[in-house]
Amino acid sequence: MAAQANIDRSTLVTFLLRLADDHLILGHRLSEWCGHAPMLEEDLAMPNMALDLIGQARALYQYAAEAEGEGRSEDDLAYLRRERDYLNCLMVERENGDFAHTMLRQLYFAAFMQPFWAGAVRSADATLAAIAGKAVKEVAYHVRHAGEWVVRLGDGTEESRRRMEQAIEALAPYVDEMFETDPVSEAIAEAGIAPDPASLREAFDRTVGTIFAEAGLEFQPVQFGQTGGRQGRHGEAMGYLLAELQHMQRTYPGAVW
Amino acid sequence: MAKNEMPLWEVFIRPRNGLAHKHCGSVHAADEEMAIQAARDVYTRRGEGTSIWVVLSSAITASDPEHKDENFEPALSKVYRHPTFYKIPDDVGHM
Repeated sequence: MAAQANIDRSTLVTFLLRLADDHLILGHRLSEWCGHAPMLEEDLAMPNMALDLIGQARALYQYAAEAEGEGRSEDDLAYLRRERDYLNCLMVERENGDFAHTMLRQLYFAAFMQPFWAGAVRSADATLAAIAGKAVKEVAYHVRHAGEWVVRLGDGTEESRRRMEQAIEALAPYVDEMFETDPVSEAIAEAGIAPDPASLREAFDRTVGTIFAEAGLEFQPVQFGQTGGRQGRHGEAMGYLLAELQHMQRTYPGAVW
Repeated sequence: MAKNEMPLWEVFIRPRNGLAHKHCGSVHAADEEMAIQAARDVYTRRGEGTSIWVVLSSAITASDPEHKDENFEPALSKVYRHPTFYKIPDDVGHM
């Protein structure tokens, strides 16, 4: 058994599900582009990133199922929960919109996760540290890939800039929620398992700030952001997403490759 | 999309240290950094490479297919340029 931090089981499971759900849901969103991207190169790049995210989600669900110890499998957790049981932040469930919108959402989430994984590499929990060791390289590419696109669209044509500015406005209400702290995240940070989300804001602002400066874009903070994802309260888009995500397992229970 | 905004780049991948970069295909990209990213996403999904080169396709000068007879046929009749007349001692094994 790998080294485990001193934490109560339900706190650890909630923490792992939040993290796993973020990655599964965003991975699913990116996979929706497969076959629809504006160019062949991106038609491969987005599913590549989606597969990174779903791979990370899988490792996290496996660990959550094991930590929970109630006989549920990774598939049960990924496919057979109800909407209110998903604990992802609202950012990742937002609809794809246009390509600019998708790339900005990707940059935001990757810029948030990069310092998280960098901290989790030294986790007191050996399983999470191992997952982080792989994820930290994958997320570095996501920041680079999405960041380069944000620069080129922001500093591109009049049309590409207009779309990037629209994306900034549309996603602004969902930024602050990613950094929310609550008793679960505090206990996890205190046990040395993973950084507290609030502590990642500085690195996020630096990453996004540098890219926006190069793109000539400006971040427009909102006074009152949206919240609720971590408690299972989701936007309208989430139900449609889950309907598609869960369709196969609901229709053919227990189906495997 | 205007043609010049997404020019074509030729992609060369080096599979391992000590081997040469080998042409493997082409990608469309706005500039060299994006071309490297596109090449990584399109051509190294199965661990094919440890290094990528990209070069604008327009920077490559190609031989004219119409000149292929005078370019290449003269070599075909000069078998003595191939080192096929040496006896290889058995101990050397496969060369």
